[in-house]
Amino acid sequence: MSPPIAPVGWSRWLVPPAALAIHLSIGQAYAWSVFKPPLEDALGLSGTQSALPFQLGIVMLGLSAAFGGTLVERRGPRWAMTVALVCFSSGFLLSALGAATEQFWLIVFGYGFVGGIGLGIGYISPVSTLIKWFPDRPGMATGIAIMGFGGGALIASPWSAQMLESFGSDSSGIALAFLVHGLSYAVFMLLGVLLVRVPRPTGAPTAMEQAADGRPATPAGPQVSARQALRTPQFWLLWVVLCMNVTAGIGILEKAAPMITDFFADTSTPVSATAAAGFVALLSAANMAGRIGWSSTSDLIGRKNIYRVYLGAGVLMYALIALVGSSSKPLFVLCALVILSFYGGGFATIPAYLKDLFGTYQVGAIHGRLLTAWSTAGVLGPLIVNWIADRQEEAGKHGAELYGTSLFIMMGLLVVGFAANELVRPVHPSHHLDAVTPEKGAPDVRRRQQSEPA
Amino acid sequence: MSDDASSQSPPEVKDRRPLIVFTWLWVGTPLAYGLYELFRKATQLFTD
Repeated sequence: MSPPIAPVGWSRWLVPPAALAIHLSIGQAYAWSVFKPPLEDALGLSGTQSALPFQLGIVMLGLSAAFGGTLVERRGPRWAMTVALVCFSSGFLLSALGAATEQFWLIVFGYGFVGGIGLGIGYISPVSTLIKWFPDRPGMATGIAIMGFGGGALIASPWSAQMLESFGSDSSGIALAFLVHGLSYAVFMLLGVLLVRVPRPTGAPTAMEQAADGRPATPAGPQVSARQALRTPQFWLLWVVLCMNVTAGIGILEKAAPMITDFFADTSTPVSATAAAGFVALLSAANMAGRIGWSSTSDLIGRKNIYRVYLGAGVLMYALIALVGSSSKPLFVLCALVILSFYGGGFATIPAYLKDLFGTYQVGAIHGRLLTAWSTAGVLGPLIVNWIADRQEEAGKHGAELYGTSLFIMMGLLVVGFAANELVRPVHPSHHLDAVTPEKGAPDVRRRQQSEPA
Repeated sequence: MSDDASSQSPPEVKDRRPLIVFTWLWVGTPLAYGLYELFRKATQLFTD
């Protein structure tokens, strides 16, 4: 399948809906918890077991994004979106079969393994294409798509819950719900597959230049391959930046409901379970708003500066929660919302930061490799907050005291991320594609571009 | 929405606006539903 080139007159505003069709679908992964209680009741599973499909899905997301990125760059966005559609929908169909026959392993394999590949390939599928269509506003463009991943859970959570209510929570009801999910997402994602186009190799605003002597078109500006990017300090500095920012955000997100309840347990205005659920919903809104809002702002003030805000102001917000959070509920909520908006913004701005440093040549593949920082943070964040809260509880502490140490650790992580961001400099020209000499193992840049393995 | 890629002498340029509206509605409608449900839930923080 060759990359679909846009016909004359094709609007670049047709590309974000294509990206959203994919991201709004695969974002369903974060609504997996809706299926957990019915599965536990119907198949006699523990909470740990019922989380397995989601956990394997996230592991596969990281692995397939990291290892499939170069293939996605070579085959193009339509191929990648087709793979995402087939894998994600097949995952649900296999899960439907698993639920109908009460074979839980089939749900783990279907949703987790097969669907997880769809998550990873789908996540990176539109990134490179969007950046090429919007060279003037890459932050906004990728922000729209990555906001969609957050939006996917907002849609799926009430939708799946209503479906289970209608079909029943027994194994046949769950099977039917999985079946409807698989078919619906296939139709919804099809729009992305049919709609996506790569920019024509000539003409504004594609940022592509046709060489005057008839050579193949090459992207403008410094370009670094995915393989070469791994050899630069910039890649690993950004890895640390993303990992620290995501860990700090997950620290709040993971324990949001118990945290706000504990913080105000001993005050005259305790927080009920229903209000805590409302707080969690508000955090999701802040996460989504941050993805599009902060990422678009980065087009105006620059990538390095916006990460200074995420990490520097993030420290300030954590400090306010730790020191005076329990004295004011509005202040606590406001600080948590800002932190979550920075969390979302950090995710959405990173592709544009990568484009600034490494060019558009294999930015999707580089982004895929960088997402291993997300997987690491996904383990680190909850581990830190839960482990420390448990130890503090054992030590007889309660209320806001349970989280004090965690909050200071999160501040430390953000400082590490801030320092890493400060160390980011433009990539040395020796890493650029056009500077790779035969002595370094690349006899011809153009041939190398065509034959680089995944 | 006029910043499309263009060639030197386009033979025939189709009006893409209906397609743009359709595709944004396609993705915008479920997102609006999700946001509505989200804010309905979020208001519980202030009403409970």
